[in-house]
Amino acid sequence: MRKLKRREENPKKQKNNKIFSFHNNRSKENKENQGDTSAYSEELEEAKVKKDGKNREIIHITYMFVGLFVLVIGYFSYFMISKSNEVINNPYNKRHDLLAEHIVRGKILSADGKTLAETVVDDKGNETRLYPYRNMYSHVVGRFSKGKTGIESIENFHLLTSNDNAFVQIFNELSGEKNIGDNVVATLDTKLQEIAYDALGNQKGAIVVMEPSSGKILAMVSKPDYDPNEINSNWEKLVEDKENNSALINRATQGLYPPGSIFKILTVLEYMRENPDYNDYKYNCTGEDVFNSVKIHCYNNESHGTVDIKKSFSESCNTSFANMGTKINMKLFRELCDSFLFNSNLPTNLPYNPSSFTISGSSNVNEMPQTVIGQGKTQITPLHAALITSTVANGGVMMKPYVVDHVENVNGTVVKKYMPEIYKTLMTPEEAQILTSFMEETVKTGTADALSGKKYTSAGKTGSAEHQDGKRPHSWYVGFAPAEKPEIVVSIIVESAGTGSAYAVPIASKIFDAYFK
Amino acid sequence: MINLFTQISKYLNIVIIAFYTYNAFRVFSLTDKDKKDKIYRKMKRIIYLFHFVCYVVIFLNTSSLKVVELYIAQVAAMSIIFAIYPWIYSNISKFLLNNMMLLLTIGYVMLTRLNFDKAMKQFAIATLSIVICIVVPIIIEKIKKLQKYGWVYGALGIAILLSVLFLGVSNYGATNWITILGFTFQPSEFVKIIFVFCIASLLSKRQDFKYVVVVTVLAAAHVLILVLEKDLGGALIFFVTYLIMLYIATSQPLYFFAGLGAGCVASYLAYHMFSHVRVRVAAWRDPWKLIDNEGYQVSQSLFAIGTGGWFGMGLYQGLPTSIPVVDSDFIFSAISEEMGGFFAILLILIYISCFLMFVTISMKIQDLFYKLLALSTLYMFQVFLAIGGVTKFIPSTGVTLPLVSYGGSSILSSVIMFSIIQGLFIMNQDRNEKIEKKRRKSQKAKK
Repeated sequence: MRKLKRREENPKKQKNNKIFSFHNNRSKENKENQGDTSAYSEELEEAKVKKDGKNREIIHITYMFVGLFVLVIGYFSYFMISKSNEVINNPYNKRHDLLAEHIVRGKILSADGKTLAETVVDDKGNETRLYPYRNMYSHVVGRFSKGKTGIESIENFHLLTSNDNAFVQIFNELSGEKNIGDNVVATLDTKLQEIAYDALGNQKGAIVVMEPSSGKILAMVSKPDYDPNEINSNWEKLVEDKENNSALINRATQGLYPPGSIFKILTVLEYMRENPDYNDYKYNCTGEDVFNSVKIHCYNNESHGTVDIKKSFSESCNTSFANMGTKINMKLFRELCDSFLFNSNLPTNLPYNPSSFTISGSSNVNEMPQTVIGQGKTQITPLHAALITSTVANGGVMMKPYVVDHVENVNGTVVKKYMPEIYKTLMTPEEAQILTSFMEETVKTGTADALSGKKYTSAGKTGSAEHQDGKRPHSWYVGFAPAEKPEIVVSIIVESAGTGSAYAVPIASKIFDAYFK
Repeated sequence: MINLFTQISKYLNIVIIAFYTYNAFRVFSLTDKDKKDKIYRKMKRIIYLFHFVCYVVIFLNTSSLKVVELYIAQVAAMSIIFAIYPWIYSNISKFLLNNMMLLLTIGYVMLTRLNFDKAMKQFAIATLSIVICIVVPIIIEKIKKLQKYGWVYGALGIAILLSVLFLGVSNYGATNWITILGFTFQPSEFVKIIFVFCIASLLSKRQDFKYVVVVTVLAAAHVLILVLEKDLGGALIFFVTYLIMLYIATSQPLYFFAGLGAGCVASYLAYHMFSHVRVRVAAWRDPWKLIDNEGYQVSQSLFAIGTGGWFGMGLYQGLPTSIPVVDSDFIFSAISEEMGGFFAILLILIYISCFLMFVTISMKIQDLFYKLLALSTLYMFQVFLAIGGVTKFIPSTGVTLPLVSYGGSSILSSVIMFSIIQGLFIMNQDRNEKIEKKRRKSQKAKK
């Protein structure tokens, strides 16, 4: 009786066999029923013969596949959690406009809490994007219509995302109201921006002010500019550009200029690296000299007399630098410039043009005299010049520049914070120190002595970049202050104005004065 | 109001499908048949519910009566299939039937949202496929000689692939389409099945070294032709499937690793020899740099998945049509965008549960030929390639997501494969029952 009962249980078990346990059932029965009637046992025999140990292999394969899928899910989750925000905040992502149907675009605020851009909704629900400072931030904050630019473009997604209280959001959704998008707080300082903007006056040019220790952009000006409030009505005029103003271009990041003498920062660094006896360097400047078959003259053919390396730098002596150039290896010079981001991408999400440095190991030696003094084919953007200067100011470490400090919801709670990031260490602290001392000398006794005698110390390099016969040179100045513990870096270019000393240095002076007031 | 329902429905769908997935995995821990059947019924109801919710959203967003007609037709077809299969085959795996129907339903919903005409076509082809495939389990069960024609399958597969190579039409960069009597289809989809039969049959006979070398040459020929057709995904699927079947048949890890090594060398060579391979790899490494050209598709896919987020944008709230070929190879991105990242992960889990069922069935089978057939790693690997490719986990190889992606050949071939496994399950169950009956009879006789 007991036996029969067990038999009755068995079929049930077999039908609902648990995974993986079937074989055990089967083999038990196998033993139990051996010697049973012919047909049945034959079948069992057959099963026994064909049964083999392949299940171990199948389990291996199962682990492998489940492992693969776990990896896919893991990667997918990783993408969602830490990558997607950065990925979708891309101007190519056409989905942003969909968000605008549910969200009122957030504000763009300055670091000191002033509104740089906001969306105003009237009684009928019409939205208008307003820029209270009109032309002042037309490039860096950018515009909203006619193709987003500046912060409006790079932070588009955050401006169109609401991290407001979830209940408020659901309530708004239920009542058919739009949610309020997050606010983007820029690193820009309205005081510095205003000073820089006014200092450039009606001249064409660009100014970048940044904090060397963090890479924060404190001010960014480009002129000519336009009023983003009026962009729709002025668009055709701006595109047509009869006066050749290129007002739509952000010269600070996209304008490519010959660097002129500010390039000597890199030349002197390369010379020092290749010639450890640079302290013994001497050259007699007569205002003009011939190198290989290229004639180089100092500005206004001024003769600087006998100069050492520091004096060559602070007086911006072209002939002396061209002389140094004869002792510089072209291939190594190219490597140095490449490491300082010539011919490559800048670590920024603002639209920019890459700077170019064309000398290579196979270049004609006759290109060198012009190239080492920042003329020739070299081109640089003001932002890039600011980065190189910041690297000196920051002890040789280049920080990634950024214009947005954080994103906060409508109630001011921080949603996303951008942290300073190191791009790379490009020179030793000693090298940075020596370059700083050269640049300080420029301020104390050299071409930027208009900045001496202030209550703050500073360091810098002027440039007067020849760009077209018959036109005055572009006026450059890059510098930082205080010299001992740099807090801000400026990079200034005034197009076709004249010497760096006469036009760019006074602007730097105004910015520093305002900062250290 | 419409928007509200759309928004609520996306959360609802995630909950519904999470519940379904939970039940799908719970089945594995149960032994009691009644309890299992109860869960299967629950799963079936969930499919209807999910289908209903989605079509309400689709209707609200389109206000098209055609949608209602399609919905009714789909419900009718689904009810008939759910009724007829168990009626014909009392021992059918309801688990596989449910999962197949759910995957098809997810595909219907997404396709209706993306392109109504394609959704109609997909529905028609899928239904027709399922009707045709009713005979597949019988064939598997009754025709015992299926495992004898290994070389015939091999020759047939090669012949079909070769004919595609010479007569085929290019589509999306790969020459793997052929037109006969006005129908355009992808023969490699069917060669997949023939290939599995071929290798299962050959390797279940003998496993000695010389023989394995010959079979490997045959398999390599398949792969090579696919590479020449620029069907990289297909080539990879055939290659991996062969390695796995070889490993199981021979129990030789050495073969497996040697094969993997050879595969790496081959990939390296392919990378240097074929520009289309380099393009795919470049687009995978940095799609943003190539966003205007080669990287466009993958970037759009990532935009879709990322913008959708964990909960999705809701049906009709996203922009999935900005992804090229979204209805077939990139449907996973569209699902993730509008139904959410959670939903997408649940979808992967449902595929895993299918695979675990294949494994379970395969392990219960004694005969090596059928064992190899049942494992069906081919379709699982295809799922891996499809999802890995659109999420940028691996370079995109342009393969369809079985049962979900649009495409007649893909659907028919996937349904056939599910039916074959269904047949193997039924065969095994019937056999158990037979043995049981005989055993009881003999017990009685003894008494």
